[in-house]
Amino acid sequence: MRKNINQLRILIILAVLGASIFILMKFPLNLGLDLQGGTRLVFEGQDTEKVKVNDDSMAGVVAVIRNRIDALGVAEPVIQRKGRTQAIVELPGVKDPDRAIKLIGDTALLEFVEAEWTSASEAVLTPEKVKEFYGQDAYLAKVPEVRDGQVVSERPIILKKTTLTGADLKMAYPQIDEYGNPCVGFELNPDGAKAFAELTSRHIEKPIAILLDKKIISAPNVKTPITEGKGIITGSFSPEEVKDMVIKLKAGALPVPVKMVETRIVGPTLGKDSIDKGILAGLVGFAFIIIFMILYYRLPGFLADLALVIYVLLTLSVLSLLRATLTLPGIAGFLLSIGMAVDANVIIFERLKEELRSGKTIKIAVESAFERAFAAILDSNVTTIIAAATLFFVGTGTIRGFAITLSIGILASMFTAIVLTRMLMDLMVDGKVLTSPESKLLYK
Amino acid sequence: MNIIGKTRLWFFISGTLIVISLATLVGNGVMRGKPMNFGIDFTGGTLLNLRFAQNITVAQVREILHAHNLGGAVIQRSGERDILIRSEPIEGEVRQKIVSELAEKLGGVELLEADTIGPLIGAELRLQALWALIIAMAGILIYISFRFEFIYAVAGVLALFHDAIISTGFMALLWRNVDITFIAGILTILGYSINDTVVIFDRIRENMKKPGKKKFAEVVNQSLLETMARSINTVLTVIVMVLAMLFFGGENLRDLCLVLLIGFIAGTYSSIFIASPIVVWWETRK
Repeated sequence: MRKNINQLRILIILAVLGASIFILMKFPLNLGLDLQGGTRLVFEGQDTEKVKVNDDSMAGVVAVIRNRIDALGVAEPVIQRKGRTQAIVELPGVKDPDRAIKLIGDTALLEFVEAEWTSASEAVLTPEKVKEFYGQDAYLAKVPEVRDGQVVSERPIILKKTTLTGADLKMAYPQIDEYGNPCVGFELNPDGAKAFAELTSRHIEKPIAILLDKKIISAPNVKTPITEGKGIITGSFSPEEVKDMVIKLKAGALPVPVKMVETRIVGPTLGKDSIDKGILAGLVGFAFIIIFMILYYRLPGFLADLALVIYVLLTLSVLSLLRATLTLPGIAGFLLSIGMAVDANVIIFERLKEELRSGKTIKIAVESAFERAFAAILDSNVTTIIAAATLFFVGTGTIRGFAITLSIGILASMFTAIVLTRMLMDLMVDGKVLTSPESKLLYK
Repeated sequence: MNIIGKTRLWFFISGTLIVISLATLVGNGVMRGKPMNFGIDFTGGTLLNLRFAQNITVAQVREILHAHNLGGAVIQRSGERDILIRSEPIEGEVRQKIVSELAEKLGGVELLEADTIGPLIGAELRLQALWALIIAMAGILIYISFRFEFIYAVAGVLALFHDAIISTGFMALLWRNVDITFIAGILTILGYSINDTVVIFDRIRENMKKPGKKKFAEVVNQSLLETMARSINTVLTVIVMVLAMLFFGGENLRDLCLVLLIGFIAGTYSSIFIASPIVVWWETRK
């Protein structure tokens, strides 16, 4: 009977150990942006005259951004609302974060504007004069002439009336113009095509300005009426710029412009550095704790060390099962929890020392040590969990990672100390390894 | 050993440390314009962490930043070839320009990390941090009142204020950078310290039930001595881990480890020498 119980105990301990290792091998831990490298953006919707920031417009913003990111092909992006006016985007492992930021943050409002060249100087054409001659909505702008990425000259132009916007597009795609330069091809929906045909028929030899986010890309003169609703947008684009513009035009414009309020870019080197250093620190600290426990508490200390190894594997496997994300503060929280996990064992062993001093047999002393230590372990850990839980609910991002690892660590440490160390101690007592309170395997 | 008998001494030591901490915070406020060296998490701004291909000096970096009107930036060496720059918020395009200029003039640079946080987010975070502390304290107060008595809860929370103030004052004195991980650190300290305190309270609760007529102060003193070995051994194992992280964990964990180190020591001290004496003082004040 006694032998069977001991076998059962060994079986349970091995089962916990085996299950943890299996889970860790099967489901490796998720690494946070700060460890694997990546970009985290928080942006805020900005009110415009026409559209205010509210649930609808922000939902629209998130939907458009999701489309753009999907087109970018990032693995496992996170896109979520934050509060009423903000949204968070996390892009793990993005190679060119600045390109991604631009791609996501640009409003991408495309406009085709009926325009007219002017030769009059700015001094003559005051805003009032422009309105007087060309209509209430008209204003003076400049078309930049770009050569080799440098603006070489600017030509004044009068922008009169927006005829079409990006909303009228049916499709956009990368194309090559007649000179072999990359450009954006587009196709309009039926209504757009009709309006475009009307405009190009009566606007021959005059310019149509193409604006993206209120900046003039180009202003070609209409040579012949365009009736089939197709065209190209030329400018001095690199192939990559064309690609990004197509992504933006396809996904549509943001309902309201957004402003970046937080950007965090972590390069891949830093993350690897952090992991390496975290592992080194963990191993050094762990080794010291193991040695200390054996030197101070002898055999029980060694058993606590075994429980601690299981604790490490168990905590990591629970984290991976919960799909928790391991961040740098998370690693710190986990390592701290190793130091704290020993505490429950220390409480029990100090208690055991007292119980033995009062003249009890080893079996009864072990039993009452665990029983009496329980209230202290429970109450002390619940208070710590209260602090950790607060961090989880109030904190964001990496801090949440810290709170999760700390909380799970505390729960796992209670389990390993109260259940596993207990089993190991009973095993020693029932297996006749520990027989008398005077045993050299015990500390005094 | 009579710990309770020397209550005045313990209170004097803690009182002195608290006064120094508060004076440091006020002094910093007057002399440096802010009580602590708040990082960009709280103030808004840009942090650049750069790894250069060659050994360069802070002065070389400063010169280039000067040209971009960023003369006010704080520039620190954070590793053999690593430089940490903290400044007012820098736009993405300007940052790219600066990094490529640094690469060009100083022979290659890798962007390890670039964080930009708007000032509004910082204000939000400060508020969040304050709430976190208040909620955690309230939760602990309620739980201990429920499991022990109200005066135990008050004594425990007073000890927590003690730990939080001393840890904060220490970081202010060293003028270390303080960001969101500092809040995480303080909360961890509070969690640890209250844990420590509760283990002692638990022993007092147990010893009070034992038969025999002993004075309350004696019971508490006995309980403190009985739990002393545990208090010390536990803080030792935790501090070993913190020291390992401090020495091997890299620059990013350094500030967190520093505050944890001082906080765990303060927490252990307050559990033994502050929280329980407060309970004794209250129970025997008549």
